[in-house]
Amino acid sequence: MAAAATSRVQLFRRRLQAGDEAAHLLTLLFGVSILLITVLLVWELWVNSALPRQKFGLGFLLGRVWDPVAEQFGALPFIYGTVVTSAVALLIAVPFGLGAAIFLAELAPARISSALTFVVELLAAVPSVIFGLLGVFILVPFLRTTVQPALQSTLGYLPIFRGPVLGVGLLAAGVVLAIMIVPFIVSISREALLAVPAEQREAALALGATRWEATWQVVVPYARLGIFGSVLLALARALGETMAVTMVIGNDPRISASLLAPGYSIAAVIANEFTEASSEMHVQALIELGLVLFLLTILLNGVARLLILGMGRQGGRP
Amino acid sequence: MKTRFILRKAINALMLGLTGLCALVTVSVLFFILGYLLWNGGRALDWNFFTKLPSPPGETGGGMANAIAGSAKLILISVLVGLPVGFMAGVYVAEFSGKTMAFFVRYTTDLLNGVPSIVIGIFVYAIAVLPVKHFSVLAGGLALSLILIPVVVRTTEEFLRSVPGPLREGALALGARHWQAVATVIVPAAARGILTGAILGAARVAGETAPLLFTSFNNRYWSPGLGEPSASLPVMIFTYAIAPYDDWHRQAWAAGLVLLGLVLAANIATRWILSKGLSAQR
Amino acid sequence: MKTLVPLLLPLMFLLSCGGKPPGEGKAPAEGKLINGAGATFPYPVYSKWFDEYHKLHPNVRINYQSIGSGGGIRQLQAGTVDFGASDSPMNDEQIAKSATPPLHFPTVIGAVVPVYNLPGVTGDLRFTPEALAGIYLGTVKKWNDRQIASANAGVKLPATGIIVIHRSDGSGTTFVWTDYLAKVSQSWAAKVGSGTSVNWPVGLGAKGNEGVAGLVKQTPGSIGYVELVYAVQNQIPFAAVRNQAGEFVKAGLDSVTAAAASAVMPDDFRVSITNPPGKGAYPISSFTWLIIPSAIPDPEKRSALTGFLQWMLTDGQPVAKTLGYAPLPPAVVSMELKAISQIR
Repeated sequence: MAAAATSRVQLFRRRLQAGDEAAHLLTLLFGVSILLITVLLVWELWVNSALPRQKFGLGFLLGRVWDPVAEQFGALPFIYGTVVTSAVALLIAVPFGLGAAIFLAELAPARISSALTFVVELLAAVPSVIFGLLGVFILVPFLRTTVQPALQSTLGYLPIFRGPVLGVGLLAAGVVLAIMIVPFIVSISREALLAVPAEQREAALALGATRWEATWQVVVPYARLGIFGSVLLALARALGETMAVTMVIGNDPRISASLLAPGYSIAAVIANEFTEASSEMHVQALIELGLVLFLLTILLNGVARLLILGMGRQGGRP
Repeated sequence: MKTRFILRKAINALMLGLTGLCALVTVSVLFFILGYLLWNGGRALDWNFFTKLPSPPGETGGGMANAIAGSAKLILISVLVGLPVGFMAGVYVAEFSGKTMAFFVRYTTDLLNGVPSIVIGIFVYAIAVLPVKHFSVLAGGLALSLILIPVVVRTTEEFLRSVPGPLREGALALGARHWQAVATVIVPAAARGILTGAILGAARVAGETAPLLFTSFNNRYWSPGLGEPSASLPVMIFTYAIAPYDDWHRQAWAAGLVLLGLVLAANIATRWILSKGLSAQR
Repeated sequence: MKTLVPLLLPLMFLLSCGGKPPGEGKAPAEGKLINGAGATFPYPVYSKWFDEYHKLHPNVRINYQSIGSGGGIRQLQAGTVDFGASDSPMNDEQIAKSATPPLHFPTVIGAVVPVYNLPGVTGDLRFTPEALAGIYLGTVKKWNDRQIASANAGVKLPATGIIVIHRSDGSGTTFVWTDYLAKVSQSWAAKVGSGTSVNWPVGLGAKGNEGVAGLVKQTPGSIGYVELVYAVQNQIPFAAVRNQAGEFVKAGLDSVTAAAASAVMPDDFRVSITNPPGKGAYPISSFTWLIIPSAIPDPEKRSALTGFLQWMLTDGQPVAKTLGYAPLPPAVVSMELKAISQIR
């Protein structure tokens, strides 16, 4: 027994000297620090939302009324607005972003590709506030005078296109979000596509595929984990986006089937009301909303991970 | 057979055109924004803008010198704190950890990424401002680093894992320890992707307003050191844009332009550094 | 690595000295930074005042940020700022929660005006209190409703729906507006009440005074409420409102001052002047206050703030007028000058 113990110690010492154990411990430290920060964050949110949790319980998630004066708080309109605007944003941004990424990674000559990618990445640097301002001064009038009337006259029988044409609303917020998250999808998907080994591409071409077929049937599937990762990153950004959304969504905590109607998102209401929240219950209700957004993120992440598991393993990825 | 071939060629051409269109639309949006900012803010970009402190409403000749310095400091702090933490955590998850730890770290990183920036601001306010009873640049930089970390972790992990097997095995076969292989072969191979993530993250935090509102607050004057509230470009943009003065509006657009310029400079600088240090993978 | 090291040096330099170029701002013995936060409405005049005062006393740096009235109160309670500012005075509950009892000092008087966008309608509209309450309750739905038309004989009002716009963020402006509506409409008081954030029965929310102004300007058929200064600066038409004396009054320096004149100022300076009885008074007016702790331990900060208050009440008032704010009535000014000595 003693011999086994000393040899284990000797093994550990040798690994330590060789640096592997040190490297493991060092990087572990950083990994754990992220865990700790997140746990601390969730704990702070939990502790500081005790009042509304006690008063409303799970009914908070289903409540449709948000009344600071009467101290009645319900999260459903905000959950609805957050989910809908993010869904609209993804529906627009993913096809565009993926298309652009494929073009830049596979089909375009190298110099054009780097130059254009550089420009796209600059889009990620535009401050949220500027998107909000441009949304208010350019996008919203454009929607109100051109796009929305067109949608109503052609597809107006659909419930998602009914109601008065205001410009601001769920659709406007969805479009602004789409523009904001597209650079993430383009940039990271492009890198993922570039990381696919040349042999894969060449093998497909050697078998007689056209460039598009090689791309769509071989390269893209190979890179799909990275692409999916970029979509998740983009989605997370859309869920938490505050300033630009609040300037174009209409800020009305109502649930309606129409995309043309105004709505409200969790991040927007927190930004609008936090500094002025009159009572302790109001502040804590806003913090509880932050917690709800956490829940949403956990849920979506869980779904995404199940999808990834379903996608299976491949290639050089462990 | 021949018709099928023509069809395939047609689809090929069509998709080339469509994807090109996607890229074009995305790029033209940016040019549009740049143009709009230039048109509206270009006139306000004078020497005063870069060297003077803000002046009260109604008086022209004020500038955003302190906001430019403040933003630079904030981005610097966030990168100095966030990049190492994010990078090391990414390395941990991709190279050194077991399955359960990897799952937990990845999961919490995604959670952190999904927290709205304003909630991050509230959190940092609770732990770094309230206890010391004053707003500070440090708190602002800390809040920004919390936003930067998840981006860096995710892209680090993705690109480390995409390094091809043969490259890894080659390093180990030559006698390197695991950590040596990671540091000298695998990380450099993934460096371009990792750096892209870092640049994207820094670009994003450069424009964040909400987390700064309760941490670095804002300051009419210069902010020496780390302990006082500081002006920053995004907060100034927000404050000026929602005020009723034309001069301030123009300054807001100009500040947006400057912010973009800062990020452009960072982009170019990092690419230049990379191109000197590493050979391209393709 | 080699390229990183030369980068590190300028970065360290930047961090340590804070990017302050040598020579700029080298005031003789720069004093401590005094931080304040609060209302957005008086931000332009406060900004000007602190600047002017800094020119007269270069070692006094007062940094005021407009994060909203409620925000100012909360930060003051938390102790992260040295003073607050608000369009609505702290209520008893908030005062009880403060570590140091706060003192309210009115600075200027402002007005909240109903702005509207009706292309083709020239000349000023007039609103009765019932019409305004009805519009914001959602019972008055069209522009040519009898409630509105009866006060605007001779004006051709369209039969279109009214698009109601209110504030999405909590604000002192909202407090003044809803305080007024609650006083003139029993159903408003019962259904909605007053506050910096309320549960609006109808309408779109826009962020900040400028957000409301911008949205009204761009949405034909809309109505909103903003501080007077914003309506004037953005050249948006605003309506006259009928006061208690039965006159239709438009907000302006005179009508706002008249509103304050009929108020009885209590010792703690907390008073609401919406819906005042006097003639020529604009019914939706309000004082705005600087909220200073009654005990300031730091002697440097204390003398700076008391000195500023003295200056603000005497030399500062004319400055407010040039920026479009109504100055304080002389009786209030002398009351405040005496109250400054309460700061220890």
